[in-house]
Amino acid sequence: MKNMLRYLPGLALLTLVVGLSAQTWAQQVEVITYTCRCVTGGVNQQTVQWLNEFVIPTFEERMAAAGRNVDVQFTEFGGSDEALKQQYALDLSVGRGFDVIAFDGFWVPEFAEAGLIKALDEIIGPEANEWEGWDHIAPSIQNLMGFGGKRYGIPVGTDVRMIFYNRELFVQAGIPQWWAWQPHSWEELLATARQIKAALPDVIPLQINAGTSMGEATTLQGYYLVLLGTGEQPYDFATNKWVVRSPGILRTLQFYKQIYIDEGLGDARTQLLSDARARTFQLFSEGKIAMLVEGDFFWRAVVSPTGSNAIPNRDTVVGWAAMPATAPGSGIRGQDFVTASGGTGNILNPNSANPQLAWELLTFMNSQEGLNAAQQYQARIRARDDVPVPNEAFLTVTARALLPFTTTRPGFPVYSQTVSPQIQLMTERVVSGEFSPREAMEAYALAVIDAVGIDDTEELPGF
Amino acid sequence: MRQHQGIISRRVAVAFLLPALLFILVFLVFPSLWIFYLSLTNRTLTGRTATHPEFVGLGNYLRLLRPPLFASGQFGRSLELTLQFVLGSALLGQAALGLLLAWVFYQRKGFLKDLVYTLAILAWIIPSVVVAFLWVAFLDRDFGSLNALLSNLGLKPIDWLLDAPMVSIILFNTWRGAAFSMMLFSSALSIVPPSYLETADVVGASTWSKFKDIIFPLIRGHLLTDLILISLWTFNLFTPFLLTGGGPAFRTEILAIYTYRHAFRDFRFGFGAAISVVVMLINLILSSIYLMALRRREARV
Repeated sequence: MKNMLRYLPGLALLTLVVGLSAQTWAQQVEVITYTCRCVTGGVNQQTVQWLNEFVIPTFEERMAAAGRNVDVQFTEFGGSDEALKQQYALDLSVGRGFDVIAFDGFWVPEFAEAGLIKALDEIIGPEANEWEGWDHIAPSIQNLMGFGGKRYGIPVGTDVRMIFYNRELFVQAGIPQWWAWQPHSWEELLATARQIKAALPDVIPLQINAGTSMGEATTLQGYYLVLLGTGEQPYDFATNKWVVRSPGILRTLQFYKQIYIDEGLGDARTQLLSDARARTFQLFSEGKIAMLVEGDFFWRAVVSPTGSNAIPNRDTVVGWAAMPATAPGSGIRGQDFVTASGGTGNILNPNSANPQLAWELLTFMNSQEGLNAAQQYQARIRARDDVPVPNEAFLTVTARALLPFTTTRPGFPVYSQTVSPQIQLMTERVVSGEFSPREAMEAYALAVIDAVGIDDTEELPGF
Repeated sequence: MRQHQGIISRRVAVAFLLPALLFILVFLVFPSLWIFYLSLTNRTLTGRTATHPEFVGLGNYLRLLRPPLFASGQFGRSLELTLQFVLGSALLGQAALGLLLAWVFYQRKGFLKDLVYTLAILAWIIPSVVVAFLWVAFLDRDFGSLNALLSNLGLKPIDWLLDAPMVSIILFNTWRGAAFSMMLFSSALSIVPPSYLETADVVGASTWSKFKDIIFPLIRGHLLTDLILISLWTFNLFTPFLLTGGGPAFRTEILAIYTYRHAFRDFRFGFGAAISVVVMLINLILSSIYLMALRRREARV
């Protein structure tokens, strides 16, 4: 034992040296973390490929060339948007979370007001406003990730919504002009649905998103597109009040009832499933849904040959049409057709231990080079005007046709906190047959009044 | 009452208790008071009221009781569903099934008993997430094994979780928790002197009258313990969320899920806290009934 003690000082010294050098080595590795709603073999898998094959290796390489040892750690998330939002809120509230996070633009007001996220120039200083990319992103698009005149993140792009239909089913049902079908009123849309129901009893003719399970997808591509067709919006921008009772809301709910309950043109059951949206995508890709109202996300990330529910010959099978107003000229602003746009992007976590590096990753992802690479994995209309859409007729055509008359959501925290969830609930109560359209509207009115106060609400006459 | 002369002085006894009391204070009393305070504010996790919560008095409690109280997704409906769930799965389901199993295998040995007991206990100890997954796989309309079975019998597939969601979670919880009652009753039955039953056999008593006149009076205390305990557990159970998420259209939104939705999905901490206080009060009432019943029993013994 005594003999052993002789080695003790040497051993201690050795431990110290090894420990210190390990520590200096560890200090040199700068870790930066990223997450998005994207998962291999599932939702947004093209984004995963872009990150793993281009962004991360290239960024690490560039940093290494500049003498920095950077390790980008990327975590995939395969759950729903709502679950991800929940995760973010909890992470950020305790000062944790990923350094750079993918974020839906309409969450920004709600999170910003709570102080959970901060404007880019507050996190990294005035140089955030000097970034070269801002000159290539239109202010209206920048605003998708903004609140109160400040930029909270860099938008990836915007989108439009429309009716997607299965041309093969249209041919089988004998729909004329199946190659370029376009209804001009709700009645024409319903007539097509009825014809499909009669000819193909095993096929669901028309799904318009409804219910709480689909979250924002219910509000934006379901309810909004129907309501806009009546000439109304949930928020009256002329009076700055929320519309809680109106002829348009009632007509919208009656339209839902007609489709899901009275005529059985849509399948209410699918809307009530806890995985409603994924199930809907699956049914469409299997040729069991003839018409579906969705965003262009559906085209580029779901039924795309590299998408999560791929249709290999998508370009021949899937057609699209603009969503008609109740009748020509009776849509919002007197339009014949309606659509709605949102936007997603990436933000910086204000709790990041290395905000400058996070900013470098974020700007690299959104550089012209980064987005051009992204186009190879998923072609879409990008936020930057110096990133062209390569060879994609669909996106170019739909953007040109629909973007000019699009509508965006009101950018107030209470929209995402209360109004939108209440809209989802209202549609669920109608398609499940629990409430009549009038009862559902009344319950919606009470809930919104409760949240914003009666002075900030109004009712439109004639319902 | 005579002053009790224990082996340790009162002061030492208090000193021994102190660490435990401290833990109770920190982890039970303080959070409860904090929750009560929160329930008087409109604090949220997101939006303006996250950083600027306001004192709203009893506003959250009034909102809880506001009509239409029994419409879907409202507190009253949730309470109603919880009572259905407790009555169906705990009292009628677990207790009855547990008693039946214990009685059927009373004074029996052999492979069948071992098998049934093992399966029941397995159902009880497997982690909730695994069990929930098994049940979803069992009940699913398109891929579920139950519907595969039914279609072999020529029946149309039934979408259990959508068309009979309450029945589904009641059956699920009965299956899941019957083991506890079974074991409790089985140990209770073991204290019944066999001579009582043998005498009854000699005079030709029926099975039912043996149960009614001999077994039941002897295990009444255990029955009470069991009923109260499983009622409390079931009342606060969250696991059905893994099967139905509270849906469809809130039809299985029992109180634990209702609270979760408001507090941790919509992040209304103030309102969620108010629900929790009410749930806490209901639990307090249930457990006082339990303690009182227990005390009365001890006094009788």
